[in-house]
Amino acid sequence: MTDATISATPIDAASPRRRDIGLKKRYAAERRFRFYGQAAIFLGILFLAILLWTVVSKGVGAFQQTMITVPVEFAQSVIDPKDKRAEDPNVLLMANYPLLARNALVQALGVDPDDKKAVKAVGGLVSDSSRVELRNYVMENPDVIGKTIPVTMTANGLVDSTLKGHIDLKVPEERRQVSDQEVAWINQLVDDGIMQKQFNTGIFVNGASSRAETAGMGVAIIGSFYMMAIVLVLALPIGVAASIYLEEFAPKNRWTDVIEVNINNLAAVPSIVFGLLGLAVFINFMGLPRSASLVGGLVLTLMTLPTIIIATRAALKAVPPSIRSAALGIGASKMQMVFHHVLPLAAPGILTGTIIGLAQALGETAPLLLIGMVAFVVDYPATPMDPATALPVQIFMWANEAERAFVERTSGAIIILLLFLAAMNIAAIILRRKFERRW
Amino acid sequence: MNMMSDAATEKAVNAPADEPVIKMRGKDVCVFYGPKQALFDVNLNIRENAVTALIGPSGCGKSTFLRSLNRMNDTIDTCRVTGDITLDGEDIYDPAIDVVELRARVGMVFQKPNPFPKSIYENVVYGPRIHGLVRNKADMDEVVEKSLVRAGLFNEVKDRLHEPGTGLSGGQQQRLCIARAIAVSPEVILMDEPCSALDPIATATVEELIHELRENYTIVIVTHSMQQAARVSQRTAMFHLGVLVEEGDTDKIFTNPDDPRTQDYITGRFG
Ligand SMILES: Nc1ncnc2c1ncn2[C@@H]1O[C@H](COP(=O)(O)OP(=O)(O)O)[C@@H](O)[C@H]1O
Ligand SMILES: [Mg+2]
Repeated sequence: MTDATISATPIDAASPRRRDIGLKKRYAAERRFRFYGQAAIFLGILFLAILLWTVVSKGVGAFQQTMITVPVEFAQSVIDPKDKRAEDPNVLLMANYPLLARNALVQALGVDPDDKKAVKAVGGLVSDSSRVELRNYVMENPDVIGKTIPVTMTANGLVDSTLKGHIDLKVPEERRQVSDQEVAWINQLVDDGIMQKQFNTGIFVNGASSRAETAGMGVAIIGSFYMMAIVLVLALPIGVAASIYLEEFAPKNRWTDVIEVNINNLAAVPSIVFGLLGLAVFINFMGLPRSASLVGGLVLTLMTLPTIIIATRAALKAVPPSIRSAALGIGASKMQMVFHHVLPLAAPGILTGTIIGLAQALGETAPLLLIGMVAFVVDYPATPMDPATALPVQIFMWANEAERAFVERTSGAIIILLLFLAAMNIAAIILRRKFERRW
Repeated sequence: MNMMSDAATEKAVNAPADEPVIKMRGKDVCVFYGPKQALFDVNLNIRENAVTALIGPSGCGKSTFLRSLNRMNDTIDTCRVTGDITLDGEDIYDPAIDVVELRARVGMVFQKPNPFPKSIYENVVYGPRIHGLVRNKADMDEVVEKSLVRAGLFNEVKDRLHEPGTGLSGGQQQRLCIARAIAVSPEVILMDEPCSALDPIATATVEELIHELRENYTIVIVTHSMQQAARVSQRTAMFHLGVLVEEGDTDKIFTNPDDPRTQDYITGRFG
């Protein structure tokens, strides 16, 4: 049959006939596949760009804060009318500082001091936090009493939003939170150079606050830092030790199979379940304090362990068996084989897995809600036993606030979280490069 | 038949100096991988300061036997060894024998060159260091130089001792592995097809090296090349389907084998 076909179509040297081996179709298929791939990548980049654009455009304003710098008269008649501050330190603590701020602004704006309503409205231009700001200033420099000195105070959140254009001024006056009069004052203050936007350090250092303009992520950053440290210190050694044991020492039998399957399943357990576990074990059973970053760190450790174990085992598996034979062949013990040869070669993979696990933990919210880390914490946690929040939880809490200034801060907080994650990933890449360079 | 050869080797051990000394002795060695038996009652003596070649078709159990000589089979979970294997009369499968110490005495070179991804220097010095054979930098330098000289590699690499061993050519890597093996001063060196991944020139160099090493070491080499077995070995053992078919002086095996299977194999009728 084959012979017949061949002899039936003799090969003519003069006009070699091309056989149809489906080249066209194959190339078309390849082109199609490439197109799908490119389209998928393009879509991915597009969505990433949209995400970043929305977050950044909404949140970048949060890194600026409207401040008011006016000459404030630290009148003794207001601060310490009875001149008793030498005996009673409470005098300086309890003084009517908002009145100082109000008077300063009334003067700066040229408002009639007898117009009670207007004066009260002027006082509302500065944030309530001016009380603390002025008090701290006076406590640090008691000799300012009786003098007039320019002081920078935080503006009210609404003023901030107005200045940043977040308040729609086309809405009829009675249906918006800022009156025409207030808008006029704001413009006047800006024109006089009294009110200006400054870099907002508060969002990085302040604790929780019900006033948007003074709310910050300081406590959340510290809480997240504690938790990451705990996760790193616990999950990395435990995870690596478990992986080394399973991969290099444990006999391969039914038990290790069962353990392997369970570790893989554990990695897929919804994180909120870990929160419940943490609540039951660490808080209710072991009696650790609620809202503490210690408990958060422990819960996140449990959550991160499977990720680290899976990544470490994969990294160990990827080390060529010939290296193990080489080490054993010259009489290294198993332990020496692992620690001198296998582990260094697996280190880049372990590192990457660990940082991915940490990044996951850093962005985790649900389990922390269950262990009470969704608390209103004003003061920095001095130790991991103190109440704290975490970056994603802070975002969650701010996202629940209706105020315009909080919406902006929510996006700002997301930017900060993303920056932390990016920094961790870059660190992973740098470390991996560094380790891999040792051949 | 077995009884006969046993009696003969017993005589060899107690014989006067011109008689060959038996370094390692395998008696009724059976090896199983799980339920599957890979070696059947192998009785083979390894002579001191000689090169013993293990030949036979692929899958006949040469590597398996070789690995049982330094208990590398221990690293395979399913593997089980029965029978006796002795080194200088000591049972190496005795529970009292430390496998780490055994492997320091019976070194191994693998089929594919497998230097550690470290410097040439580190590759060689690793074994002596973990066995506590070197105390200081001078010791280390000495053992590195001596081993590399013995492995015929020193002149080629003396200017780049601290560069990666993985950057050498295949033949150089294999000689580095040999240097690494002899750095711990083993008594026996096992080589599993050490030239199968090398080009002919590198092969010739390694073969020459094996020839020189024979004076100080007992060498067991697995090879699938008849010519190589003929060139480097004094004794040859022919395996087939897990059975030791024939063993004897290399000259005799290659010119006048007793067993028809050996005859067939060396004339290339199967393999
Ligand atoms: N790790 C192992 N697990 C299971 N069977 C193996 C293993 N290594 C070798 N075998 C089997 O043992 C037999 C002998 O193998 P081997 O000693 O490698 O042969 P050779 O080196 O002579 O080619 C073969 O049938 C092979 O399939
Ligand atoms: Mg083999």
